[in-house]
Amino acid sequence: MLTIQTPETILFWVLAPLSVLAALGMLLVKKAVHSALLLAFVMITLAIFYIAQDALFLGIVQIVVYTGAVMMLFLFILMLVGVDASDSLTETIRGLRPIAITAAIGFGGLMISLIARAKLGHGAFGLAEANKDGNVQGLAKLLFSDYVFPFEVISALLITAALGAMVLAHHQRTSAKPTQREQSIARFRQGTLGTAAGLPSPGVFARHNAVDVPALLPDGTPAPNSISATLKARGDILETSQFELGEVDKTVKEEK
Amino acid sequence: MNPYNYLYVAGLLFTIGAIGVVVRRNAIVVFMCIELMLNAANLTLVTFARINGTLEGQVTAFFTMVVAACEVVVGLAIIVTIYRSRRSASIDDASLLKR
Repeated sequence: MLTIQTPETILFWVLAPLSVLAALGMLLVKKAVHSALLLAFVMITLAIFYIAQDALFLGIVQIVVYTGAVMMLFLFILMLVGVDASDSLTETIRGLRPIAITAAIGFGGLMISLIARAKLGHGAFGLAEANKDGNVQGLAKLLFSDYVFPFEVISALLITAALGAMVLAHHQRTSAKPTQREQSIARFRQGTLGTAAGLPSPGVFARHNAVDVPALLPDGTPAPNSISATLKARGDILETSQFELGEVDKTVKEEK
Repeated sequence: MNPYNYLYVAGLLFTIGAIGVVVRRNAIVVFMCIELMLNAANLTLVTFARINGTLEGQVTAFFTMVVAACEVVVGLAIIVTIYRSRRSASIDDASLLKR
């Protein structure tokens, strides 16, 4: 029969509320990057739970595969996609949030009350017997005897997923890439010559050249199109008036 | 304490993940909530392996992890493809079938 020692009890009661809080925070924070970090925290606490429950191999795999590979992939895609309006927490379907929370309380309450009422007919056995040759050895014995067919199928699945991701992410050009000369001609043939020389770089004529400082036009007004669209979507543009030049000679007229 | 307490944590995490899938709009956050639900299911498997005294649950949790890794790879590739054509990672914008 399994008896749970005091250290594991303490570990559980410290980490379980923290992991549930981190999961709740994942729903409530605005930025997707913060959600990813909180999810990584939840996954690490789960890895500790696995190790505490005599699943040493799974605990290590959880850290290596989930917090190592999967979360890095998430952060990578977040950087690739960038920040846009989908980060906002405003609800688009009216009344969705109360309905979702009510349904979730109902579902969670049902599940927890079911767990509380369920009876297995026996106590917890513990893994001391199954792990007596070591956890990895026990898992390997099962994996390469009873579960060898699922194991091979899973390997086929991994290869298929890798191929599928390559097919999905592959981008076939439908037209030839415009050369520098064609781009230049296109810039001059468009309606206005305002951007013929390219958009202004951030910080030009402003007092310093950080990427979030708009360039100043010759008349001293800031040029909003000098800031990257990602920074604009994130709202990371500094107040421009503090960078404005004090004295601008406004009598100079544009020469035709 | 008995090991059933881990099942309560798994239930709570699963519920939170389910709310996230419904409530959040960013496709990547929705995907992370699905990962949270998978992890909660894994915790249940590991706990039941311990309660029953066999390693079968752990083998199943291992398979779940591999399937989750495949799912992340394909899912994120789909998100990148949608983002490339629609310039948005919001799940509300991908509503072409509705019109």
